[in-house]
Amino acid sequence: MFKWFGKVNYTPYTKVSDFAQHLRDGRLMGSRCSRCGATSFPPRADCEECLSGDFEFFEVSGRAKLHTFTKIVAAPTGFEDVAPYLVGVVDLEEGGRALAWFGDSIAEDEVEIGMDLQVVPRIFEESEEIKVYYSLEPPGTTWSKT
Amino acid sequence: MKRVGIIGIGHGVFGRRSDATVQELAFEAFRDALDDAGIERDLIDASVIGSVPEYHKQRSLAGVVQEYLGLVPKPTWLTEVACASGSAAMRTGWMAIRAGLHQVVAIIGCQKMTELSTAEILALMGRVGEVQWESGFGTTFPGYYAMFAKRHMHEYGTTREQLLEVAVKNHFYGAKNPYALFRKEISAEKAMASEEVATPFQVYDCCANADGAACVILAGEDQAKEISDKPVWLDGVAAATASMSVLRRPHLVGLPSAEQAATEAYAMAGIEPTDVKVAQVHDCFTVAEIMAYEDLGFCGKGEGGPFVTDRQTYIGGQVAVNVDGGLKAKGHPIGATGVSMTYEIAKQLRGEAGERQVPDADVGLTHNVGGIGQYCFVQVLKRD
Repeated sequence: MFKWFGKVNYTPYTKVSDFAQHLRDGRLMGSRCSRCGATSFPPRADCEECLSGDFEFFEVSGRAKLHTFTKIVAAPTGFEDVAPYLVGVVDLEEGGRALAWFGDSIAEDEVEIGMDLQVVPRIFEESEEIKVYYSLEPPGTTWSKT
Repeated sequence: MKRVGIIGIGHGVFGRRSDATVQELAFEAFRDALDDAGIERDLIDASVIGSVPEYHKQRSLAGVVQEYLGLVPKPTWLTEVACASGSAAMRTGWMAIRAGLHQVVAIIGCQKMTELSTAEILALMGRVGEVQWESGFGTTFPGYYAMFAKRHMHEYGTTREQLLEVAVKNHFYGAKNPYALFRKEISAEKAMASEEVATPFQVYDCCANADGAACVILAGEDQAKEISDKPVWLDGVAAATASMSVLRRPHLVGLPSAEQAATEAYAMAGIEPTDVKVAQVHDCFTVAEIMAYEDLGFCGKGEGGPFVTDRQTYIGGQVAVNVDGGLKAKGHPIGATGVSMTYEIAKQLRGEAGERQVPDADVGLTHNVGGIGQYCFVQVLKRD
């Protein structure tokens, strides 16, 4: 059900579709190659290292450090209603990176490259259909359904 | 191996060209290039069109351009690698000549970006990044480069003043270019007062969409010498890629594709970065030009900010950069840009750049980036 992922979803069909289901249930998942063990976040079905197509999901901690960020003021279609919004790229503790919004729990003037953050699974509060994403929150923040 | 030479160059006015279709824009540049080369159209035995299809209502653009230029039944094809499409056209034209398949090839970069409504532009803007894991968070083109800028500022202490000096320089020279979209100098104060786009960027950190076309005619070495008394040689034509997703880049303070393409282009042409007298680099955003100085080896990593405020990239400095106004002031009709860069370097190496002429320009370079660095093409050009 990858169509659940993102405020606007451009890729409803993918081999890592279960990622969104896990996210709805409060788990942030990376992929691990069943043959060579190489891991990836975001997850990928086909191993970049050994080319195997067999993989399994594994849960990542979501502990991360801020690599860079921006506040987007001029928003594209589908995001006008939430602009301006803060977007960050984080380095995950287990390797890999994630790009996500900052949650309301962090004020703009507190944001600093290198700060510790937690990537937290989220469900859009106001949306009738299921819409999931993840956000950047203070360390220790646990999953909340909204 | 025989060299490939530039025997003719042409350029149209960049801007909001509500007066012309894309093939009419292409025609202006093509006629100008034929005239410059002093050859008959029949001598051209193929064309390559650099353009990004999703901006045009006309599908399969190469066909309609070929027809309008009167080049049917000669072969044509389109190259697309986002904002580097024009340089990809240059490179495949070069290949066709080196392979012995064609002798004289017209390279046409052309783009109409203002055919689309604002709503259509905003929808396209939402899909510039990797759409599976990034676009769902509303990323934009300025947003990505803004994140490069933030990281560059963090690691090297690059300042807003240094970033905006790029815009000030490029507008200074753009004011001297009759083909430029913005022919007006700007002050740092004015740039600093412009509206926010994506922090730290304001309007003056960003280049503008435009309509326009440029054309370069290439020929093999023997024919180039026969036809032209001032051929410019395309001695380095390198290209490289970096991951589509910023989540899979080794670093976010430069473009790995540019570093690699530059190394290969210098090796192909047998030169060092310090040999380059004049360069056209892809300044889609102010930080992009600063990263280009570093990726191309004009200065050390992290030194790009002081490099521009020390006026090393003005005429009279170590290497004159974007003295046609760059994307910033000239405008960025994405498919045309790579060919327009080549046009300017050829003009400089021929000593015909008028009031923006770089003295003793004998080696020039173009650096044309597609997307947010997914593609980079670097060319080294020389005169005899």
